[in-house]
Amino acid sequence: MTSLLEVKNIEVAYGKIVAVKDVSLTVNEGEIVTLIGSNGAGKSTTLRTISGLLKPKSGEITFKGDRIDGTPGHEIVGLGICHAPEGRRIFQRMSVRENLELGAFLRNDKAGVDSDMDRVLDLFPRLKERIEQRAGTMSGGEQQMLAVSRALMGSPKLLLLDEPSMGLAPVLVEMIFDTISKIRQQGTTILLIEQNAMAALEVADRAYVLESGKVKLSGKAADLRKNDEITKAYLGH
Amino acid sequence: MAKVAELQKFKGTRGQIRRQRVERIGAIIISLVLALWMLVNIIEAPSQFAQVAILGLRNGLLYAFIALGYTLVYGIIELINFAHGDLFMLSAVFSSFFITVWFNQDASNPAGWLTFILCLFAVMVFGAVINVLIERLAYRRLRHAPRLAPLITAVGMSFLLNFIGLKWNGSTPRQWPTVIPNFDIYVAGVRINMVTIMLFLVGIPLLLGLNYIVTKTKNGKAMRATAQDRDAAALMGINVNKTIAFTFAIGGAMAGAAGLFYQQAVGTTNYNLGFQLGLIAFTSAVLGGIGNLWGAVVGAMLIGFIQGLNDGLPIAFGQQWSQSVVFTILIIILVFKPAGLLGKVTTEKV
Ligand SMILES: Nc1ncnc2c1ncn2[C@@H]1O[C@H](COP(=O)(O)OP(=O)(O)OP(=O)(O)O)[C@@H](O)[C@H]1O
Ligand SMILES: [Mg+2]
Repeated sequence: MTSLLEVKNIEVAYGKIVAVKDVSLTVNEGEIVTLIGSNGAGKSTTLRTISGLLKPKSGEITFKGDRIDGTPGHEIVGLGICHAPEGRRIFQRMSVRENLELGAFLRNDKAGVDSDMDRVLDLFPRLKERIEQRAGTMSGGEQQMLAVSRALMGSPKLLLLDEPSMGLAPVLVEMIFDTISKIRQQGTTILLIEQNAMAALEVADRAYVLESGKVKLSGKAADLRKNDEITKAYLGH
Repeated sequence: MAKVAELQKFKGTRGQIRRQRVERIGAIIISLVLALWMLVNIIEAPSQFAQVAILGLRNGLLYAFIALGYTLVYGIIELINFAHGDLFMLSAVFSSFFITVWFNQDASNPAGWLTFILCLFAVMVFGAVINVLIERLAYRRLRHAPRLAPLITAVGMSFLLNFIGLKWNGSTPRQWPTVIPNFDIYVAGVRINMVTIMLFLVGIPLLLGLNYIVTKTKNGKAMRATAQDRDAAALMGINVNKTIAFTFAIGGAMAGAAGLFYQQAVGTTNYNLGFQLGLIAFTSAVLGGIGNLWGAVVGAMLIGFIQGLNDGLPIAFGQQWSQSVVFTILIIILVFKPAGLLGKVTTEKV
């Protein structure tokens, strides 16, 4: 396996507040990697830095061997990194279709965009029924499906998902995790943030545990599931 | 069962329902008073009514072109760009110099018409470039500052443009010749000036073009996405800085066109034009629901129309009350419908 994304010792701050102190992680091609940790650990900040919304104060990020830290966010998408951000952030006043089209904003291959549109509507048939509905009027779960679909419309090599199961009913959570596995089978590498650590460790190959802006633990997901410290702190056993 | 029925009929809290009722009653009373007033005037002087109505709508079109700039910029960065009225004033002065001084045209003939078309392009570019420069040099670096900072900067920009206008135009009003067909025609006994017809012939396609850009093109989609959520737009691959600059360019181009229209229709330029018309245009944008494109157009046409009737009808407050009428409309709207006429109905907000 070759590494697709490499994050080396990044430090990220909002003004004077340092949110990420020292995070390093690797995502290999074809993997699902999960980032877990308590609230405020710096998970979302790490993802926002990878996708170029934030610039690290120090450290390096490489994607397919090229440095991408400091590249503006709108250019990162073109490289093949798509991000479904925390809190969905869909375009509320636009239709489902317009949201999906915006996901493919930079693409010029019309045939490819059309076939990706079919693909995401197959993954989430619910969106197909509501394709002309205004996105802001959909239920929370439907909006979450839209956020994931919109990111997929960019035809990513690497998909960043920030808490895709947030606020969903258990049935839907299961459905989202099934879909995540399916997306990986279709050839997309995934970096996933989850509060629902148990489910995340089940679907992921490897995991990183963040605490106060630092990587506290990392390893195979299967091993971490058996780790006492993890089960106590994050799995609530 | 009774509970279910109750739930289905639920239309809002008691406060909201009362508010809706006040809104509706207010709207009905105002419409009735306006309708009655117009009816009396139509019976009294039918052809005069048609004449001033057309003139009012022409002014409304002018206001609309300025109002669009306010509403576009507010829609995308939530800034009231106080300098916008002054950009319109500079455009009017630019048009005057372009046609009369640089191209030496002072009459309605083929050369004059050609110069008018050339000037339309030139002044739209002029307005766009200045507006983009203002955004780039003054507002962009304040994008993450507290709201008051860009607002005060906008006031400063307004003074700066005003000063340039004062130096360029001089401190007293200047008269300029009109180069588009400027004679009266009579349609069913109603006098209409050709300039008015020309402005509609040029203005309406421009508005439709703008609507096409915003709703159908890639740049337009980027504008609407950026207006709704800047970070999410960036995650789609949209260059937010470029999109905001593009919005300023379009707003500036519209103010440029308005400058030329005003200069040709009214024939006078003055350095403090921007203040008067800017205020009316801003009022129009608020009236229609600020941030809403068609709202700005509807609001502007309505204000132009009512103002026209008030200024020109036999039974009305008369011209000396013109400004007061405009602001009374604004106050009534803010009391009864703070979101503006189209503020809630329309989904598209740029
Ligand atoms: N825009 C911001 N300005 C200032 N501080 C911020 C900002 N965003 C996040 N922070 C701070 O940075 C720290 C890390 O936040 P981050 O969102 O990365 O946490 P997280 O691990 O994603 O948490 P959660 O599980 O609650 O989503 C927090 O202490 C937070 O308060
Ligand atoms: Mg988070």
